Amino acid sequence: MNTPISWLKAYVPELACTDKEYNDRMTMTGTKVDGVSRLDKNLEKIVVGRVLSIEKHPDADKLIVCQVDVGMETVQIVTGAHNVFEGALVPVVLDGGRVAGGHDGGPLPENGIKIKAGKLRGVPSAGMMCSVEELGSDRNAYPEAPEEGIYIFPEALGPITEEETVELARAGKLDSEEARAMHPVEPGMDAVELLGLRDTVFEYEITSNRVDCYSLLGIAREAAVTFGASFVEPDVTPAEDEQGDVNDYVSVEVKDPDLCSRYIGRVCTDVKIGPSPYWMQRRLAASGIRPINNLVDITNYVMIEQGQPMHAFDLDTVADHKIVVRRAQDGDMFQTLDGQMRQMDHDVLMICDAEKEIGIAGIMGGENSKITDEVKTVLFEAATFNGPNIRKSAKRIGLRTDSSGIFEKGLHPTSAEAAVNRACQLMKELGCGTPVKGMVDVCEPIPDQVRIPFNAREINAFLGTHYAPEVMLDIFAKLEMDYDIEKEEVIVPYFRQDVKAMCDLAEEVARFTGYENIPMTLPGGSSVMGGLTVKMRIQDKAREAAMFNGFSEAMTYSFESPRVFDRLLFAEDAPERRAIRISNPLGEDFSMMRTTPLHGMLTSLSTNYNRRNKDARLFELANVYIPKALPLTELPDERSMFCLGMYGEGDFFVMKGVIEEFFEMAGMHGKMTCDPKAGKPFLHPGRQALVQYEGETMGYFGEVHPDVANGYSIGGRAYIAVIDLENVIPHTSFDYHYTGIAKYPAVSRDISMLVPRDVMAGQIEAVIAQRGGRILESYHLFDIYEGKQVREGFKSIAYNLTFRNREKTLEEAEITAAMKKILNGLESLGIELRS
Amino acid sequence: MIKEELEKIRQEAQEHIAQSDTLDRINEIRVSVLGKKGSLKEILKGMKNVPAEERPAVGQMVNDVRVQIEEAIAEAQKTIERRVQEQRLAAETIDVTLPAKRLPMGHSHPNVIALKEMERIFIGMGYEVIEGPEVERDYYNFEALNIPADHPAKDEQDTFYINGDILLRTQTSSTQIHAMESGRIPIRMIAPGRVYRSDAVDATHSPTFHQVEGLVVDKGITFADLKGTLDDFAKKLFGEETKTRFRPHHFPFTEPSAEMDVSCFKCGGKGCSFCKGEGWIEILGCGMVHPHVLEMSGIDPEVYSGFAFGVGLERIALLNYEIDDMRLLYENDVRFLKQF
Repeated sequence: MNTPISWLKAYVPELACTDKEYNDRMTMTGTKVDGVSRLDKNLEKIVVGRVLSIEKHPDADKLIVCQVDVGMETVQIVTGAHNVFEGALVPVVLDGGRVAGGHDGGPLPENGIKIKAGKLRGVPSAGMMCSVEELGSDRNAYPEAPEEGIYIFPEALGPITEEETVELARAGKLDSEEARAMHPVEPGMDAVELLGLRDTVFEYEITSNRVDCYSLLGIAREAAVTFGASFVEPDVTPAEDEQGDVNDYVSVEVKDPDLCSRYIGRVCTDVKIGPSPYWMQRRLAASGIRPINNLVDITNYVMIEQGQPMHAFDLDTVADHKIVVRRAQDGDMFQTLDGQMRQMDHDVLMICDAEKEIGIAGIMGGENSKITDEVKTVLFEAATFNGPNIRKSAKRIGLRTDSSGIFEKGLHPTSAEAAVNRACQLMKELGCGTPVKGMVDVCEPIPDQVRIPFNAREINAFLGTHYAPEVMLDIFAKLEMDYDIEKEEVIVPYFRQDVKAMCDLAEEVARFTGYENIPMTLPGGSSVMGGLTVKMRIQDKAREAAMFNGFSEAMTYSFESPRVFDRLLFAEDAPERRAIRISNPLGEDFSMMRTTPLHGMLTSLSTNYNRRNKDARLFELANVYIPKALPLTELPDERSMFCLGMYGEGDFFVMKGVIEEFFEMAGMHGKMTCDPKAGKPFLHPGRQALVQYEGETMGYFGEVHPDVANGYSIGGRAYIAVIDLENVIPHTSFDYHYTGIAKYPAVSRDISMLVPRDVMAGQIEAVIAQRGGRILESYHLFDIYEGKQVREGFKSIAYNLTFRNREKTLEEAEITAAMKKILNGLESLGIELRS
Repeated sequence: MIKEELEKIRQEAQEHIAQSDTLDRINEIRVSVLGKKGSLKEILKGMKNVPAEERPAVGQMVNDVRVQIEEAIAEAQKTIERRVQEQRLAAETIDVTLPAKRLPMGHSHPNVIALKEMERIFIGMGYEVIEGPEVERDYYNFEALNIPADHPAKDEQDTFYINGDILLRTQTSSTQIHAMESGRIPIRMIAPGRVYRSDAVDATHSPTFHQVEGLVVDKGITFADLKGTLDDFAKKLFGEETKTRFRPHHFPFTEPSAEMDVSCFKCGGKGCSFCKGEGWIEILGCGMVHPHVLEMSGIDPEVYSGFAFGVGLERIALLNYEIDDMRLLYENDVRFLKQF
């Protein structure tokens, strides 16, 4: 909502404050000002000048030399504009002045353009005549301005306030010479003021609950209460001297009252199309609406002022002078007044006459009932349409208009009446037509006014304040809320549809006593134990483990393209492919909820690789979304995955180390084992493993399959690990248990073995762990070799074993016995001992 | 006779020791004087020519000389050792300005840093941290939050739907309902999490981002409590000197509602380019839980009241760390992450 402060002051005449004050105080009472623009920004020393004479420039064909009377003096101005003529009244920026922009109407420079006297092709020029573009405006605001060239003032502005217009209308002098000669334009006058640019436009951010503030009257009410000024509402009571009977002109039938709770028609005869008066044009232009003609301007003016969109039909185009409001039929084609053919459906409400559709309700009229300059009789429609239906229709049709934007908020049926009467009033005032007495009003029962029990103590207890009841009642009174002393109830006016209950009254009290005056306290009452959930603590452990190992935390999108499964080489029937689809995604690339965190991680690695980052180590705590059944009937399983990815320095066993370290940190002190038969198609077939702990699978890791890495344009080897934290959590613990530092010495033995190539270290370790008995404290692999010195089909592996008895010094015999058991076990794997 | 010889040995030894500058040389002297074949041993061999009654005195003399020489040797040894050590240490001088050797630690994500800060602050105030589902039922995301079927906020253009009933939550406010339905009052919770809105990706928009929801429900909770709590939070997050401003606003599930601004942490509130001359920066939305919302979730609004707030995590991260493009948060370029 953009409106000039000058228009607002028509309803709050006592308002006197700076732009900044207005901005701040309105914002603090809830009408947030989103933008402030002074229309005279960078317009300095600009006056009206009258062109006295025009001569050719001696040295330039395209330039002319003008003598211009600027009031106190006559100055010489050289210009290239050819629309000026002797006697023309033009805006002139004098030497040392400033204009807002260039003549091409491009973006306005922050500090405008300084104008200095100088010479043009040798001829002195003491200033510049201005176009509307140079004044920071455009032809939408001044449709009378020439397409190219200098703005030409009329000899007089005519009536410049609504009051002057009304007075002239009363005296029957609207169309008189006297009226046209009002407010003559004279050399030396402030051109900026005459153009209506001594004004400030405020842009408001209106919250969706305040339908009333999508009107200037609504904002004016707020401003009046905010500044303690009085609010002057236009009196829209129809004049008593209106003639005729509207029922002789038109009839209305509403077939779908659920979509149209009120439809009012009023008629004006003897319509005369012409320009609207100066004040109406300036107010509309400053609100961003192009003045067109008196009739169109009136409907726009009423829409802004009253917040009620209206439509005007040429009654002579309405068949049988009958309006029927009904749903469209599926597939109906309808040409709107912008010339477009549009397809309708059963949920779109149409305005029809006895034969045909003539408008889309609340959205746009039809080409077939468009008003032309030849119009004689006008039918004004002011209706209350169902907000959600208008919103949905506008969206389906793909046509959102100023009108639909207001209707969709849900108007109160009462505003239709005020608006249509205001429009007819303006028709008469502007000499645009003669209202016919009465209105056709098809109306569902209007809901009773809301009454809310008033209890000051309750409101104070809710806000944490101590305001007296009188203070609150005073605020309600200013907000035009009546108080029923008997019943102790506040009666809410129709336009405040947002006020329904005690908490809404509390808000009004808070807003107008000031949010800033509410004290700051901390909640008392019973206290609660704060803290993180176990899952969050485990996630933090994962973060620590990853970061200690050089992995940085990444975040990727939760939705991706279903094509990622092909890029990851998943089989057609892979369970991962059973993923949740978004019904209205931003595009295919964002259409499916991920079932693995792989794509996000590989994409991030790829980004890094292609930006020539030498190494990258990333991790993500990524949720995946596993449907229990498809199509979804219950919520999916959201599982937190600890996903690691890297390329550059580091290998498979670095990845393995991080996982081990994480398990350790999460209190999982048992042995993690790796099963090479992970069966992951996106990993190197010989370099992948399932991670197992206490017999359960926790996740997997491995080297990214070269085809997959290629697909993501990652050169070199990349590694990835995915640990399902939901699987991990039951095994974690935050308990610590001290077992004492061993007092007795340890004995260490080395075993050097010749191992068949396909026997894995894990198998050897399983034998050692199982057969070493209680005295086996630890073991570690310290050498592995495959190559020339080793027999074909074998590899050489050496382990160091540490034995210790916690209760006493070990005896040689115990160690020998344990070693023998281990060696026997190893031999059964086909392992030979090396001497 | 022996006496003179002893004196001579002593003198010579001491002179040699004084002239020595290596441990080897000292050792040679020790061997030549005190060793098995050293000059003192030679003297002792001459003891048999000494009359018996003089032997103890001579013996004593020999001993004295030996002690003196041993002491001189020890002294000299110490000096040389000290010098050698000094030389070695001098030779070992390193360039302390050479680059450090560091373990390649990973870095936090700016969102997570901001989140952990917020968690720390609210846990300190006794808040539980909980989470709720991202794929959510329409009821929890909208209806239970006073956003009925026809409300514009429910418009399809803002919400990703899975089907008519299930959607991607557009706000963490849905967690409020889960917390209230659990029936455990008092409630003091925050709920961080991912939310989804149908916005195309650009410098200030992302179809997925994070919020931190807050909810307090108890007897006698007031708007003043809301202000006090969030003012405290802002001071802890942005610094003690931070001022807060509460502006009236509208959310369907709170009434009265407010937006909280904090004084610009760049200019302190004077107005600068960072705060677009306002002196204030919008941080979060908040309000008193709408009585109807309490009621729908089975809490009697006549007995209990509450306040709620929602903070955009990315907004805090972008502001606090002066990140100018939201896309950076989801690209995961290590050169970006390294800065956190």
